[in-house]
Amino acid sequence: MQELGKAELNSTRIIRQDDNRVVIEKDLDTEYMVLSMGPQHPSTHGVLRLECITDGEVVVEAEPYLGYLHRCFEKYCEKVDYPGIVPYTDRMDYLAGMNTEMAYCMAVEKMLDIEIPRRVEFIRVIVSELNRIASHLVAIGTYGIDLGAFTPFLFCFRDREHILNLLEWISGARMLYNYIWIGGLSYDVPADFKKRLSEFVTYFKPKTVELQKLLTENEIFVKRTKGIGIMPADVAINYGWSGPMLRGSGVDWDLRRNDPYSVYPELDFKVALPDPKFCDIGDCLARHVVRAIEMEESLKIIEQCLDMMPGVDGFNSRVAIPKKVRPKAGEVYSRAENPRGEVGFYIVSDGKSTKPLRCKARSSCFVNLSAMKDLSRGQLIPDLVAIIGSIDIVLGEVDR
Amino acid sequence: MDNGMEEAGNIMPAAVLESKAAYDIIRGRFGDAVSEFDANPTMPFFEVADASKWVDIALFMRDDARLKFNYMACLSGVDYMEQEQLGIVCNLESIGHYPHRIAVKVKCRREGGSIPSVACVWHTANWHEREAYDMYGMTFEGHPDLRRILCPEDWTGFPLRKDYQVQETYHGIKVPY
Repeated sequence: MQELGKAELNSTRIIRQDDNRVVIEKDLDTEYMVLSMGPQHPSTHGVLRLECITDGEVVVEAEPYLGYLHRCFEKYCEKVDYPGIVPYTDRMDYLAGMNTEMAYCMAVEKMLDIEIPRRVEFIRVIVSELNRIASHLVAIGTYGIDLGAFTPFLFCFRDREHILNLLEWISGARMLYNYIWIGGLSYDVPADFKKRLSEFVTYFKPKTVELQKLLTENEIFVKRTKGIGIMPADVAINYGWSGPMLRGSGVDWDLRRNDPYSVYPELDFKVALPDPKFCDIGDCLARHVVRAIEMEESLKIIEQCLDMMPGVDGFNSRVAIPKKVRPKAGEVYSRAENPRGEVGFYIVSDGKSTKPLRCKARSSCFVNLSAMKDLSRGQLIPDLVAIIGSIDIVLGEVDR
Repeated sequence: MDNGMEEAGNIMPAAVLESKAAYDIIRGRFGDAVSEFDANPTMPFFEVADASKWVDIALFMRDDARLKFNYMACLSGVDYMEQEQLGIVCNLESIGHYPHRIAVKVKCRREGGSIPSVACVWHTANWHEREAYDMYGMTFEGHPDLRRILCPEDWTGFPLRKDYQVQETYHGIKVPY
């Protein structure tokens, strides 16, 4: 009997028969299987490869491999002058080009120490909040697809198209704008922009509620996301998480409020935090809920900006743009709240050249993704998909 | 001395004063292992003069009740070619405790230099140190998994060094075009 007990421990199965005999099955240990997920896999949202060590249906460990979209952003920065870098920043986080442009321009403006016209600041906030909504719509829509909900995706992309049309109207491009320049904007907004934007706000407001009903209150969706991939707040901070990811873990932290820039201190908005009634704090659903609330807050910000924006009479959006950008010797680390978290630029200038000596982009997804190995431990493979989706990565920004 | 401090205080913006106060605590604990405070308004920083103390300083900064730098925003590698050095710049701040933030620089020799890893202090440093290694080639002592991260494993050279020459071919593919 003792031997039988020992055998039970050593991955053997003992089947007791009726006639007081036993059948022993030996060596039932499952072997770990290495499963490569991506780089071409729809659920990895781009060219990310996860090397999953799996034990049956359970992921023992998933190690992300990146760099498939590495385009030497930082090396290019040392070859191009300061204004020339702006289009490259678009191509980092291509779903939120305006926000990244703004973060970069603010960093250079800090070094130059120039005053930005108030109207420019308001337009910048409007376009970056619009871009935040567009980006969250992609995040939410594709997250739905990852988990098998197809309809929300179509709704999201229909509404995103309106935003892209607006942004195309003011900048000429749908995604890679080159609209925010150091010291100003490439163009002022068109004459009717205010009217069409407020039309959009009125149109979109009920849509956010509809989307909530479709997805956040959807039983199947909740079952797939609630309690999955939980990240405690202190670990999230230690991992350097930011944006909706950090707020999803219940940390009340938003750079628009905690390290205020532009005209955000004048605006009234609340930092989106998950409601423990709907989700467990720090799980995939919490992160989704934060994004959903943030869209509504962004709408509020846009409405306020429309009211507060100074008039248009003979305004030149290029008035504060310096002829030659040559910051004095020094360094700066400046950041902004992007849809995916903190995007920062560390720039070193030698004071002589019109090109930066060093320009490092702190990417939010890169940092958020670095927790993947810990998050994936012991999860089921379908849950792994739910976790990657909730991180909302843009590989252009991860790899730069 | 007091007057001097006050005068400096009048010029320094509030954020820099906060960093200075945090710096004074670190200086009080580690003395000459850290350099003088650089009170520039865009990014106040200090340098770790004795790199072997860097992990101790990092732990102290994270855990001391008066500092609580629990969040590493960014870690960037830098090539100081004229001084024959490589370095890292860490931007630290405290979430939920204090409003102060500060930057720390650590430097090492340009050829074969190494810096103690702080990946055990802030998880953020794990991938960022890998990136710095990938781009500049300094090693991080005690890093759990120091591999290239953005470039392929078998890439030669360190792309962000100022004197980097791109390799001619990679697996039979012509690289410069």
